[in-house]
Amino acid sequence: MKRVASLIRKELLQLKRDVRMRAMVLVAPVMQVLVLGYAADMDVRNVPTAVYDQDRSSDSRAVAEAFRASGAFVLAEECSSWSDVDDALLSGRAEIVVAIPPGFSRDLRSRASPQLGLVVDGSRSNTAAVALAYATGIASSFGARLQPTAAPRGPSVDARIRVWYNPELRSRLFMVPGIFALLAMVFTIILTALAVVKEKEAGTLEQLMASPLRRGELVAGKLAPFLLVSTVTLTLALVAVRVFFGIAPRGSLGLLALLSVLFSVSTLGIGLFVSTLARTQQQAMLFSIFFFMFPMMILSGFVFPIENMPAAIRAVTYFMPLRYYLRIVRSLFLKGSGLAVLWPEALALAGLAALYVSVAVARFRKRM
Amino acid sequence: MSGSGDGPAILAEGLVKRFGVFTAVDGVSFEVPPGRIFGLLGANGAGKSTAIRMLCGLLAPDGGRARVAGIDVARDPEGVKSRIGYMSQKFSLYGDLTPRENAEFFSSLYDAGGGGRGDPIARAFERTGLSGGAGRPEGVLTRDLSAGYRQRLALACAILHRPRVLFLDEPTAGVDPVARRRFWDLIYGFAEEGAAVLVTTHYLDEAEYCSEVTLMRDGRIVAAGKPGDLKRACFPGIVLEIECGSTGPALEALRREPWVEEAAVFGSRIHAALAPGFGSDRVSSLLAASGAGEAKIRETDPTLEDAFLKIVSSTGAASLGGAGSGPTGGGAR
Ligand SMILES: Nc1ncnc2c1ncn2[C@@H]1O[C@H](COP(=O)(O)OP(=O)(O)OP(=O)(O)O)[C@@H](O)[C@H]1O
Ligand SMILES: [Mg+2]
Repeated sequence: MKRVASLIRKELLQLKRDVRMRAMVLVAPVMQVLVLGYAADMDVRNVPTAVYDQDRSSDSRAVAEAFRASGAFVLAEECSSWSDVDDALLSGRAEIVVAIPPGFSRDLRSRASPQLGLVVDGSRSNTAAVALAYATGIASSFGARLQPTAAPRGPSVDARIRVWYNPELRSRLFMVPGIFALLAMVFTIILTALAVVKEKEAGTLEQLMASPLRRGELVAGKLAPFLLVSTVTLTLALVAVRVFFGIAPRGSLGLLALLSVLFSVSTLGIGLFVSTLARTQQQAMLFSIFFFMFPMMILSGFVFPIENMPAAIRAVTYFMPLRYYLRIVRSLFLKGSGLAVLWPEALALAGLAALYVSVAVARFRKRM
Repeated sequence: MSGSGDGPAILAEGLVKRFGVFTAVDGVSFEVPPGRIFGLLGANGAGKSTAIRMLCGLLAPDGGRARVAGIDVARDPEGVKSRIGYMSQKFSLYGDLTPRENAEFFSSLYDAGGGGRGDPIARAFERTGLSGGAGRPEGVLTRDLSAGYRQRLALACAILHRPRVLFLDEPTAGVDPVARRRFWDLIYGFAEEGAAVLVTTHYLDEAEYCSEVTLMRDGRIVAAGKPGDLKRACFPGIVLEIECGSTGPALEALRREPWVEEAAVFGSRIHAALAPGFGSDRVSSLLAASGAGEAKIRETDPTLEDAFLKIVSSTGAASLGGAGSGPTGGGAR
């Protein structure tokens, strides 16, 4: 125990002396949260929009006006034929075209569920997706406003309107916890992998291995300092999120801390594992990025929904701690769920933590 | 204190280490009694560090046996580790810690702080000439210190727990002659107190200080013995140092004679080893006849370098000539 304590002390001392490392640990998380948090603001404003009004009724003009009034769209031009529509999109003058079919007003007033065409420039898929969401919201709100008599469907329409009308909150609230989770992952994996490989390069690891230090002590002495560091980092990130975006977890902070520790232990294990494969710091960096961080970022539900992935890839995602931690963090931030809901994720994290640390320890010989 | 009292402090028997198909250490045997300084010599890649790592329990041997401080290394590598001091070839201290922090760290790994009398760090610093004097301010980081100072600090960290066996892998590499001399005085001190010291070096003048030396080549031992014995075995006759006007013709003339066993240029002089029974008068008449000009000739002691150059050139020829004809080299001792 005394040996582990002095390993931790030594590691923290080195971290304290390393100005760049210290900056990375203290400043980077706040910067990341801020930059990515603002970037993750996916609500759209002033999307150039064309209108192809084939109905030319007061109702159709009201639809166009509703788009304009939302603030998300600006009317770029009026089209008078489908080739105009094509031209507007191709030239980039418009990213979205609202096409109002003939007979829109008639259908609307006869409750025959009027149709509204939306043509979206799919090459800007991000804007397109969000703009489409807005537009759908506007369309349905329009319907709801004109059709107060459609009582039975009223509440459900209402609910959708509310969601769509709050897209700014939605995208950031959804993204910020994800960034928080990514931060935790990147820091733990890279710091451990680099710290061990650095000692390999310097030859100090050989000196440690030639001492009576036990393998378990060595591993604990390498993991504990970075668990501590990642705790500090995440706390800073949490404060930054609170201060700058006013976003705080709705769930229990204690539960977030506990599950974050579980997650960190599993990614620290991955970092240690990487360090057993790499001989140089560059290798360690590349291994962690290409074999662990990229796949996890892409496949853990941060970017694409896991449900849409092919079965084989979905099977792989079960071994990614980030998959569970993302769910945990998002639930804690957005819904304020408790352990009653999150226990399967917690259990999975605990299992993966045990798995990765033991694989790393098994590979981490006290031999060269 | 279990059974390390009698027998050799270091015993290697037929040690083998392979890396894939390449054999880095090939049947190496030697022993080092307590109180002796054992020099392991050889060119880059000869297998010296690999042999040391096996003895320290850092590498598992693929064959053979090793006992260090009375403990079988294969069976109890951790037991060995707590009884030895090891200075690895790479300079292996933390550059971003101060000397004292380095010492405190390593001291805690060896539990050196506990039972013993006094402060082990103060003792080790004093022992290696790091305490007092020099006026090193406390806060200086290890990486900013001179190579000579760092090397003594590495030694201090290796002896914190008072090991009876020391492995020093090229401890004097990259250090100035004065610092090297000082370092060897320290090594003598440990041997006098009864520690067994195994040291590797590329400086053959240093090897003269060893009680026994062993020359490795391609993973095998090609020569072993006390420095004096080795030199005598290599040069049964006398060795002359010749200074003359034109070195080239003199060297050629010498090499033509069958009774000149070896002639080589050392700086501006020629070293010539003669067959037993021949003297300097034969040489002076030969040189006079060859027209090499006025020659100053005096008898000199052969250096270990002379001996090893001779051994290496002859074993090189042997291994070229008799490829695969039974065991070679290993029986040199
Ligand atoms: N881990 C390893 N994997 C593969 N080959 C190795 C390994 N360690 C050493 N070798 C090879 O074994 C041979 C002996 O290496 P070793 O370091 O023991 O030599 P050395 O005598 O200490 O040389 P030097 O004087 O340069 O320190 C070299 O050819 C080296 O490349
Ligand atoms: Mg070496």
